[in-house]
Amino acid sequence: MKTQNEFVSDYVIEPERYELHAAPIYNFNFTRRRFFKLMGGGVIIVAVVSHALAQQESGRRGGGRGGGNRPREISAWLHIGEDGTITVFTGKAEVGQNIRTTLTQVVAEELRVPVSAIRLVMADTERVPYDAGTFGSQSTPQMVPQLRRVAAAARESLIELAAEQQKVERDVLVIAGAKIKNSKTSESFGFGQITKGQKFMKTVVDSVTLTPATKWTVAGTPVPKVDGADFVSGKHQYASDVKLPGMLHGKIVRPSSYRAKLASLDTKAAEALPGVTVVHDGDFVGVVAPDSLQAERAAKAVQAQWSSGSQASDAQLFDQLKRGARVTKDTKPELGENGDQKLSATYTIAYIAHAPLEPRAAVAEWKDGKLTAWTGTQRPFGVKAELMQAFGLTDDKVRVIVPDTGAGYGGKHNGEAAIEAARLAKTAGKPVKLVWTREEEFTWAYFRPAGVIDVSATVTREGKITSWEFHNYNSGGSGIRMLYNVPGARTESHNAAGGSPLRQGSYRALAATANHFARESHVDDLARLIKMDPLEFRLKNLTDKRLRAVLEAAAEKFQWGRAKSDEQRGFGIAVGTEKNSCVATCAEVSIDRKSGKVTVVRVTQAFECGAVLNPDGLKNQNEGAIVQGVGGALFEAIRFADGKITNPRFSDYRVPRFSDTPKIEVVLLDLKESTSIGAGETPIVGIAPAIGNAICAATGRRLRSMPMAPDGLKA
Amino acid sequence: MPDIKELQVNGRVMPVEADADRTLLNVLRDDLDLTGTKYGCGEGECGACTVHIDGVAARSCQRKVGNLAGKKITTIEGLSSGGKLHALQQAFWDVGALQCGYCTPGMIMSALSLLKKNPSPSEAEIVRAMDGNICRCGTYGRIVSAISAAAKQIREAK
Repeated sequence: MKTQNEFVSDYVIEPERYELHAAPIYNFNFTRRRFFKLMGGGVIIVAVVSHALAQQESGRRGGGRGGGNRPREISAWLHIGEDGTITVFTGKAEVGQNIRTTLTQVVAEELRVPVSAIRLVMADTERVPYDAGTFGSQSTPQMVPQLRRVAAAARESLIELAAEQQKVERDVLVIAGAKIKNSKTSESFGFGQITKGQKFMKTVVDSVTLTPATKWTVAGTPVPKVDGADFVSGKHQYASDVKLPGMLHGKIVRPSSYRAKLASLDTKAAEALPGVTVVHDGDFVGVVAPDSLQAERAAKAVQAQWSSGSQASDAQLFDQLKRGARVTKDTKPELGENGDQKLSATYTIAYIAHAPLEPRAAVAEWKDGKLTAWTGTQRPFGVKAELMQAFGLTDDKVRVIVPDTGAGYGGKHNGEAAIEAARLAKTAGKPVKLVWTREEEFTWAYFRPAGVIDVSATVTREGKITSWEFHNYNSGGSGIRMLYNVPGARTESHNAAGGSPLRQGSYRALAATANHFARESHVDDLARLIKMDPLEFRLKNLTDKRLRAVLEAAAEKFQWGRAKSDEQRGFGIAVGTEKNSCVATCAEVSIDRKSGKVTVVRVTQAFECGAVLNPDGLKNQNEGAIVQGVGGALFEAIRFADGKITNPRFSDYRVPRFSDTPKIEVVLLDLKESTSIGAGETPIVGIAPAIGNAICAATGRRLRSMPMAPDGLKA
Repeated sequence: MPDIKELQVNGRVMPVEADADRTLLNVLRDDLDLTGTKYGCGEGECGACTVHIDGVAARSCQRKVGNLAGKKITTIEGLSSGGKLHALQQAFWDVGALQCGYCTPGMIMSALSLLKKNPSPSEAEIVRAMDGNICRCGTYGRIVSAISAAAKQIREAK
């Protein structure tokens, strides 16, 4: 049993389920000579973090080594070539969160150059330093300060070199507009004039003067996606678009259900097809062919029998997750001690799918015993480690290249497609592309964990919450902390006794969505119990300044309290925090009493993540999270029976569309004096409870299962 | 089924050697290297593979190349001219109507089809016309704004 008490620091992040077995310790022992051999002359500034900090900053778990003599690790570097071109190397991956743009902005800011002057090399294991992965909203808090440091150090180094070259005092030199200017003579030089013929290298740890947020002119502004032209023109190559000479197309013959084992196999018919090779290795069966249709035909021609025992179905899911737990089923309020009202209730959360529009895909190539894989993943080095393990390869024999990817939402931490493509390519003797079908993505990827949450609380007539007990079974401990002031509040996260019947893993905000849904729904019911306005009730029990600030900002913009809920229209509010950023969400829903159709009409969300790096990108993340959150709140659910997913298609698994999109207003609280915090996840946690509270305000019905209204509100 | 020998794509006749049963999507991507058109679902539910066939929006994952001889096919790559982005492409970029960008080509091709039929669509009309396209990142509101902005720009340029 995993227990998390309410005093856990905001900075502690629930271990991402798929990081637990990952990451070999990986020290990049780049020598000066190797750096210049790789990149040519010029100026190289290397960001170095101590090992303990590297673990913390790269999101890696586990204690640092004790003692003062900690090894250092390279986390990023910046190169200014002899021609003045600026290239930054980082292990972070771009998956639609627009971190490429944000990181470019902070470098541009410190180097005093336009964003167009900078190129970022990301997520290529042979060209960038080790990085544990792009998850946990860590790219901004980790990589932003590191890149600011290297860029600021580069700026200072350029001045130093220019002063030497021009034989002037460094005080007379300033960098502005991508030029080094002599303030006395008004002469100016391009960076290339200074870096030409240089082999200057410097490492930075900290103690570099950084430009404060109040003085930012590039960071903190709404810079559009830096390489946006490539995306709107179809030019950008995702992993699934990569093509190599002689490349074949692969297809996997999938088991009949989860955990099924191969019982018998007949590949004759498939092998008789022109150009087809069948690959069989243990329970792995796949085919390669010159084109994807032929590969499909070959896979169908393979005669495979699979055996599996009987498995769980969604009908028994929640009983299974909670087996052996204390059960609190009473949802009727009762009188507790001291005349307090007591309310206990059980909430359930279904499995949902990430369903990134680009399914898992990889191109694998073997050349002279070395494997190169192009794939879409949030963990390039994790996938590299998986490939090394799967094929018994040493570190220098695997390279993983991650082109900017067609989204992940926490769903692309693993290298399944890369391993499969590599296995096929190994036998085929040619490069192989494998693109999972939508059905495969829905069936063989992993899901956001399902969960059962028991909550029991008491409240005084005056509106103070006096006790809080909260148990989450299976979906996890993220965002479980009780935000309101309740002495002795107890929150616990329990693993499911019998394990999860389906493969589960990370998802945007992890369990924080489930835990916020249960907490904010329950708190709303406590307010209702004593007939207090839900905003007033929350503020009465909340002292955290940041949370009060977002709550008040959202309520003000939404004009909370101006209109009253009625039978057709409801207003709901929720507040929360996760990954150290704060969110408050107000929702207006309309309900068609005849059909039971629920429409989310309007959402106002206030968000605070320290100093804002790109207000438009941040708004975009908030809007997207709200839309995605509407799906999980109202209608998304994976259905399964006997180890098979029964709705593995967009025609059966409903995701939010244009017509589901509310009018959205985002209010950003920009704290220039604070450090910048990640924002890819937290904006999703407020929408489900806000919608549930709005439905309850209109109908008096409390919906305690996510999704709340997959078929509308039944009479 | 016999092979198909050529396709007319983006104003050019392109030689191909493809099994007539293959989908237009796969032939565009794998044989003609026009990878801007994306696979998203294979059942015509997401719109990522949208192209125009004889000026009409079509789901290329649902069309066999065998039936497309002599038809004029337009893909996202055929939209910009002389290195200049189409008004819709520019508007998507300016408005920030994308996150991962994977749905974007299909969105733009669907929007282009709408604007051909209706040069000044209302927001409700845009929503109705675009409801068959999925953006899993949830940028729908911005896409509506981008289409409105592009429509206005195209009208004013005339």
